[in-house]
Amino acid sequence: MSWASLEDIFLSTSLASYLDKKLLVLLRDGRKLLGILRSFDQFANAVLEGACERVIVGDLYCDIPLGLYVIRGENVVLIGELDLEREELPPHMTRVSAADIRRAQKAERDATDLKGSMRKRMEFLDLD
Amino acid sequence: MLFFSYFKDLVGREVTVELKNDLAIRGTLHSVDQYLNIKLENTRVVDQEKYPHLLSVRNCFIRGSVVRYVQLPPEGVDIELLHDATRREARDG
Repeated sequence: MSWASLEDIFLSTSLASYLDKKLLVLLRDGRKLLGILRSFDQFANAVLEGACERVIVGDLYCDIPLGLYVIRGENVVLIGELDLEREELPPHMTRVSAADIRRAQKAERDATDLKGSMRKRMEFLDLD
Repeated sequence: MLFFSYFKDLVGREVTVELKNDLAIRGTLHSVDQYLNIKLENTRVVDQEKYPHLLSVRNCFIRGSVVRYVQLPPEGVDIELLHDATRREARDG
């Protein structure tokens, strides 16, 4: 990889302009990771320093620290630059502990499963 | 290379990128590359309440492999030019 000029960095699609910035990375499995980009390559593999996972359930959220992360590029959906002058989350959201958010996640999962099973039971009615 | 060249001509336009995970993002096309990775500026998420974590994201990099659609303004498309370029590519392989 040759060294890019300053112009190339500003005008190109490379992640070079995001180096040493705090970013939000969305993964294919729906996870949201935050961290400082320290390295990347042509596959969008990335190294995030001080990474944490932001878990959001309804109006509750929690940041779970992860440390130094190497992300395989094929799992990356989007890499967003966080504007430090803006609020990262809407004001109505409440921060809770990791235990609470795990409980909320389980409750949400159970509700979805229940909905799925009820729908399956009603399928024989052929209403649609 | 055809779509790469086509998107390069659209740099600076407002586009809406719909991703395979159903997320739709509107923004100004900043740049594109050979993998059709897209960088957007002045981004706004189409359904903001559903994606609160994207509130403060103003610039983003979107991996080409996760794009489902790129929605363009109709005035931004010269369909005849695209037609000719496609026929040329098909002919020249």
